[in-house]
Amino acid sequence: MTEFTAPHIDYAGLSPVIALTTALVVVLMAGLLPLHRFVIAGLTLAGLGAAAGLAIWQWGEREDLVSGALRLDELGLAAALIAIFAGAVGVILSMREDAAEKAGLGAFYALLLGSVLGMTLLAQAQNLVAFFIGFELLSIPLYIMCGSSIRKEASLESGLKYLIIGSLGSATMLYGFAFIYGAGGSTDFTAIADTLAAGDADDTIILIGTAMAAVGLSFKVSLAPFHQWTPDVYQGAPTPVTAFMAVATKAAAFVAFARLFEVALGPVSADWDVALAALAAISIAVGNIGALSQDSLKRLLGYSGIAQAGYMLAGIVVFSETGLNALVFYLAAYALMNLAIFAVIVARERETGFGDDIRAMEGLGSSRPLLAWPLTIGFLALAGLPGTSGFIGKLFLIEATVDGDYTWLGVAIVIGTMISMAYYLRVLAAVWMRPDPAAEAQMPVIAGASAEADAPGASAGGRDEPGTKGAGRCLLIVGAAILCAAATVAFGVYPDPLVDWASAAGESLAVG
Amino acid sequence: MLWLPLAAGLLACLVPRRFAGWAAALGAFLALDLAIRLVTDFDSGSAGIQHAVDESWIPELGVRYQLGVDGISLFLVLLTTVAWFAAILWSAIRTPERPKTYFFLLGLAETATLGAFLAQDLLLFVLFFDLMLIPFYFLFGSWGSEHPGREGEGPVRPAPATIKMIVYTLVGSLLMLVGAIAAGVIAGDGTPVFSMAELREGLLSEGSQHWIFWFFAAAFLVKMPAFLVHGWMPDAYRVAPLPVLAVFSAVLSKVGAYGFLRVVLPIFPEATVDFQEIVLVIALASILYGSVMAFTQTSARLVAGYSSVAQLGFITLGIFALRPDGADGAVIQMVNHGIVIVPLMLIIVLLAERSGGDDVTKMGGIAMRAPVMAALFLVVTMALLAIPGSANFVGEFYILNGVFQEKIVFALIAALGVIMASYYALRLFQHAMHNRKPEGVESRELGWREGAIIGGLVACIVALAFYPQVVLKRSDESVNEQLSSFEQPSEPTAAVTEGPGK
Repeated sequence: MTEFTAPHIDYAGLSPVIALTTALVVVLMAGLLPLHRFVIAGLTLAGLGAAAGLAIWQWGEREDLVSGALRLDELGLAAALIAIFAGAVGVILSMREDAAEKAGLGAFYALLLGSVLGMTLLAQAQNLVAFFIGFELLSIPLYIMCGSSIRKEASLESGLKYLIIGSLGSATMLYGFAFIYGAGGSTDFTAIADTLAAGDADDTIILIGTAMAAVGLSFKVSLAPFHQWTPDVYQGAPTPVTAFMAVATKAAAFVAFARLFEVALGPVSADWDVALAALAAISIAVGNIGALSQDSLKRLLGYSGIAQAGYMLAGIVVFSETGLNALVFYLAAYALMNLAIFAVIVARERETGFGDDIRAMEGLGSSRPLLAWPLTIGFLALAGLPGTSGFIGKLFLIEATVDGDYTWLGVAIVIGTMISMAYYLRVLAAVWMRPDPAAEAQMPVIAGASAEADAPGASAGGRDEPGTKGAGRCLLIVGAAILCAAATVAFGVYPDPLVDWASAAGESLAVG
Repeated sequence: MLWLPLAAGLLACLVPRRFAGWAAALGAFLALDLAIRLVTDFDSGSAGIQHAVDESWIPELGVRYQLGVDGISLFLVLLTTVAWFAAILWSAIRTPERPKTYFFLLGLAETATLGAFLAQDLLLFVLFFDLMLIPFYFLFGSWGSEHPGREGEGPVRPAPATIKMIVYTLVGSLLMLVGAIAAGVIAGDGTPVFSMAELREGLLSEGSQHWIFWFFAAAFLVKMPAFLVHGWMPDAYRVAPLPVLAVFSAVLSKVGAYGFLRVVLPIFPEATVDFQEIVLVIALASILYGSVMAFTQTSARLVAGYSSVAQLGFITLGIFALRPDGADGAVIQMVNHGIVIVPLMLIIVLLAERSGGDDVTKMGGIAMRAPVMAALFLVVTMALLAIPGSANFVGEFYILNGVFQEKIVFALIAALGVIMASYYALRLFQHAMHNRKPEGVESRELGWREGAIIGGLVACIVALAFYPQVVLKRSDESVNEQLSSFEQPSEPTAAVTEGPGK
């Protein structure tokens, strides 16, 4: 038995986590004061910015933190940066959002920060316990945020459904961890790997543990057949929450997935790679086919997210550095394109009475080109067409699958992409090839969507009249949409910086 | 040159509506100018790549930004710029709705197409190949018009027709993406290789060639379109805006044929020999099917469309004869067909304006007061049916010659296609221009601006007819180089087919 020593704490390495925690507390407290909403949002953004800055500062450092509970490396930081970015966009999108105001802005933003904190911990965890803590810290605020629109039944249902199914996933995963601990004799990833590599572990137990952990994580990243909650929760949750959840959860959970399987369970990769490949293929099929008949854009994106999760899982299946690079690249690209789309959906939700229905997008091409272009670019990128980062991402993933002797999975990705074209293009057809309904008949105006009533010029001039209530809140959202779309195109034409970034992240795990 | 049209397209977005078209036309003109200089500078004695650009693009994936021209792509590049210049000029005269987006998309399309012809890196080729689809999707969908369709069937609406087209073509090109990556990774042994020049060294085993061959063939055959995978063609042709359709039909189908010549033959030589006959049968079926359909159609657009199917069948036939004269013929035929189909489409615009639709049976007598238009149309028709003296005749002669020496049966059947071509081409001309003039059809001469564009294109047809060597001289060396791997294998195949007599 070793003598107990207080763990050495490297505050520099922990600084992003500390910044997020501080921001959480500050924002929660500030929410109690009668401050203007921009101040609270500003504080949240400042906290996220500080965390991002510190993460960039720590970029390139590789060391164990808190006695090896967390691992500071580029992979974890990459996921943290994606989560922070998604959080920041989420903050911008939820400004003036009904749900956030009802729940109390301070509480809402504090929850969001808590979730980002959980994601950062999860992405860096290399200990089963820390992993689980990060996992729960990520999830619990999300359950609440999904249900935060307390006057809408759909939102409450969404929160409850997410809570129940999420807990089921967590419980399964925790049980799986118990098995892994039983077989590996440690909660530490590298210690588990050593035991497994030495062949000291009981095969049956490790197999059960691996399977259950995989199932738990699959719930979280919405892989079929553990996906049933996804479309409902996506649709029911307030749209800014959906945007944040769809992007950030995926980034953190996939990176954690990779770390758990490729570090701790790496020595038994022969046990899980085929099973995960099957999971990926099923997700691609289920997601793409499910999305075909959706009229609600959020549901559509939910199913498309299932399919995309299948593509990304391919990066883990191949168990190689190329695979990890591809995964990280795709996560970043996916974040940008999805956020561009969600920003447009939020903007349209407030302008039209159609909510997130596909009809809200009709005639957008002629009436609101500034919204139509980001949406178009986002969908083209999701479809993986060239000129966007989506294409490079798919290229990367397919190359990884071919390289790792999983060519059939590469073909599956491509077939999925073909199917996906049908529903992505359906949206684009609505955007560009239908007449603007506002030009023919007055758009239905519902209570709360006053921008359209105040400023009918929105559909004619392509821009809200300055000074109306709609202008201020739209500018930020439109700005976010354009920023994400521009980055999507920029990384599609000149992917080098993002590729280097993803490669640094992938390399830091040193697998294969 | 590659990025000029796109830049002009962006410029078109920025300038006021009235000048958008002219800004785009300026870009297309500059690209044309550069293409002509490329032709005059071209060193016809060498087979290799000229004016090469080679930059690193995504080092982690082994993708390089490699561009260059050789004798095969040279004239296709020229054809592209000519066709686009004509189409943009035409559209600039008759400005469509939302001109800024329209010209931006046209510019993007030109850049993508030129990129596909210039790319010397397999993945770059695939990238541009896929990129071509996006602008055409929007152009067809947004500016297309509803077509009454065939009698007894409902009207064809643009959006579904376009989605059909895109799904068809993407099935092919995405498979090609996997094929390209697989080829690069398998050949690269560790670090993937996508440079076409390196892939040509024969790094692929015969087994991998076989399946990758079909991935590529699928993409190219759909694009052409060849028989069996042409399903997207009729609807898309019905709804497309005609100036756009002109460039689409003139150039994009050639990318498919070009792909066979550039990618499939040199990189998968053994697979090509093994599957030669299957592709030849597909080509023959395209010729016959295309011709037969072309003379039963009443829509002038579809006559042109199905005639393209037949013509592309010829081109494929020439390429898969796997002999230099067949391939030479294919190259010249690609240029010919492109340069014929653009004025044909533009004339169809004029015909449609005069008769209120593109149904040829409802046209007639338009020649009466429009002798210039009739004359131009006649030249185009003659070229389309490959009358001796036209460049198309030279092209078809070369192709048939090549096939004849290789597979005599195929050549005999293909010759039927030539005969049928004269029937459908003349039928189109007669119905439109002669006969009694029905009610509601006016016979009006074309305006000088339209006349100048069509006249210029017709002048190209005539010039090419008198002096096809201009193309042949420059393409010959490169064609030989692409086919160099078939000198030996083609002999035994010929012997085998002659044995049983088939």
